[in-house]
Amino acid sequence: MEKIYLDYAATTPTDPQVVEAMKPYFTDIFGNASSIHAFGQQARKGMEDARQILADFLGARTDEIVFTSGGTESNNTAIFGIAHALKTKGNHIITSQVEHHAVIEPAKFLEKQGYKVTYLPVDKAGLVNPEDVKSAVTKETILISIMHANNEIGTVESVPEISKIAKEYKICMHTDAVQSVGHIPVDVNELGVDLLSLSAHKFYGPKGVGALYIRKGTKISPYLHGGDQERGRRASTSNVAGIVGLGKAVELCRQKMDEEGRFQASLRDRLIKEIPEKISDSYLNGHAAKRLPNNINFTFAYIEGESILLNLDMLGIAASTGSACTSSSLEPSHVLLAIGLPHELAHGSLRITLGRWTKKEHIDYLLEHLPGIVDKLRRMSPLYEGK
Amino acid sequence: MKNYGLNKKKRVMVAMSGGVDSAVGAALLKRRGYEVIGMTMCFGSSFGGNLSEKEKKRPSCCDISGVEDARRVAQALGIRHYVSNFANNLYNKVIKNFCAEYLAGRTPNPCVRCNQFLKFEHLIKKALALSCDYLATGHYAKVQYSGQRRMYLLKKGRDNKKDQSYFLYAVKREVLSRLLFPLGVYTKDEVRQKARDFNLPVSDKAESQEICFVPDNDYRGFIAGISGRDIRPGDFFHVDGRHLGRHKGVAFYTIGQRKALCSGQKRPLYVIKIDAAKNTVILGEENYLYSQGLIAKDVNFLSLQAPKKIIAINAKIRYNHQEVKSRLIPINSDSVRIEFTSPQRAVAPGQSVVFYGGSVVLGGGIISEVIANK
Repeated sequence: MEKIYLDYAATTPTDPQVVEAMKPYFTDIFGNASSIHAFGQQARKGMEDARQILADFLGARTDEIVFTSGGTESNNTAIFGIAHALKTKGNHIITSQVEHHAVIEPAKFLEKQGYKVTYLPVDKAGLVNPEDVKSAVTKETILISIMHANNEIGTVESVPEISKIAKEYKICMHTDAVQSVGHIPVDVNELGVDLLSLSAHKFYGPKGVGALYIRKGTKISPYLHGGDQERGRRASTSNVAGIVGLGKAVELCRQKMDEEGRFQASLRDRLIKEIPEKISDSYLNGHAAKRLPNNINFTFAYIEGESILLNLDMLGIAASTGSACTSSSLEPSHVLLAIGLPHELAHGSLRITLGRWTKKEHIDYLLEHLPGIVDKLRRMSPLYEGK
Repeated sequence: MKNYGLNKKKRVMVAMSGGVDSAVGAALLKRRGYEVIGMTMCFGSSFGGNLSEKEKKRPSCCDISGVEDARRVAQALGIRHYVSNFANNLYNKVIKNFCAEYLAGRTPNPCVRCNQFLKFEHLIKKALALSCDYLATGHYAKVQYSGQRRMYLLKKGRDNKKDQSYFLYAVKREVLSRLLFPLGVYTKDEVRQKARDFNLPVSDKAESQEICFVPDNDYRGFIAGISGRDIRPGDFFHVDGRHLGRHKGVAFYTIGQRKALCSGQKRPLYVIKIDAAKNTVILGEENYLYSQGLIAKDVNFLSLQAPKKIIAINAKIRYNHQEVKSRLIPINSDSVRIEFTSPQRAVAPGQSVVFYGGSVVLGGGIISEVIANK
């Protein structure tokens, strides 16, 4: 049985070219990038080359890039770092109801410390209205954090418009770009953000490495203390091999992203067109146009997403019900609830995310089997009786 | 008789708790040629980091080590393994009832309800949704087809000491044909040996005996934590009407209990009756503990059509009870009267009574009334 991976938003395979680029940094070039000697310098060069590649890709300066352990750490650092650094300035944070938990949970934690957080609602497509951001701003607001692209429904938020508001009120602007970097163009100046989180394993790099872009001049406290690495902004021995892998992954994305995006978008649009044709009572979640090229998210009425997922798995197809990080939770997706789905429909969603190795045949196979699975489950569902 | 060897390539979901029994069950079924899918029911608190505060406070049945152990076993066996969250089901179907029963002065049996609703109603639906032919668990019980009666029968497991058929009587008759209990033909010692033979990573794991969702086996503290506001102290009375002292709340007592009552009595006293409506607990000497029968409700007939007339059965009034020969007298479709041939000690409302015919589980119900000794 062929295994078909359609869960690229959860994680991507590391590109073999990335693995090759990393290999020497486990053995020959093993030095500590902070060491003064030649071993250290050699490792340092690999790391700084990667920093240059990433900075160029984002339209940033190299001294604005801090390497981290991944998206969660980048988001935590951005939120706690700003909250701490600006605590004398204010205690209010604006974010949205559809953020990843790596943003929502730090915000909730800050609420327990006495900070005030506004979780902005979104429209049916998952979009934050910039006007809502504007009206939420108070004299106490120190941070606005709105994601670039949603991990569950793929909606691309209006970050440039929101950043303009942030700039107008001189408020620090963060975006969680974990899902977008490497898939659609991300330029920190076009987005107008002061902070931007990204993670290598979402774009064919290795797990355990990511970065936080910090615009020069942004006041932020470090999250990890205990060393001068990353200009004192992130203590910890540098994960050189991982950082080199991140750099290589960025380099490959720069070459391939446009073409991959066009191809994935064509497969995406085919699924968005054909699934409702083949399966009744199926609804697309997210925005029709402002959407990641590789994201498809459908709700199938009367049945649970989990059952669809396990049945697909039995056929060798890997998909997801939502975020992999919450797959153990009973609660329906907070994103689907935020876009207005009732509880029973929010349980019936299926996320399909495409990537570098997705072929047309994979989509054919999915379209061949999905209607039968949904039909079988509906026939067993008490909710479906009488339909 | 079900012949396991002939059922090759059938697909079976095995409920894997992370314990030895279900692990051996999965291993046996795999060896018999089934396509085995492991499923672990997870119950909240320690599972995943994204639970609400309310959920985190909920007790956890299989803790994270249960899920991890089940995963390790599945990996060792090379079978698929899924984890599904049953926290809401556990709370709504088992824990709420558990607390309500104690508050009503009864002694519930949550394992019966867990089997009835979680495993053999909800989980089996998940198995069927995955096109499984069967659902298997690590219970010490048997399901056999009787050609003579033209129905599936639930029977005791071979290991008398370990037999768990008592906990399974409430399963619906229609699902019996879909159940496999691969351990039913073995003793616990044999199962432990098999765990070592199969080299399962849980072979030396200790057995849990307590109510799985009650931490430290402290059911009183558990109920106080969930329903504390509903617990009111009241009076102890002797069977003869004397006032004996104050009790801490009816939920904290169970029929036959001797400890933690009132001190200073000449002869040992036991809980004879609990009257939740009056908020009183009646105590008495041991002779008052005996009764000659009971009324059971919520009766489920399993390996038998509901009888229209009196039949002879063996009744088991709690898990560790030596069955007693009895007469079963039908009252209506839901209730029966059971008359023991000899008086029985400490029959507790809320517990289950199970009707046996030899090794066959005919059915059972919840004890609603105790018929006092004449």
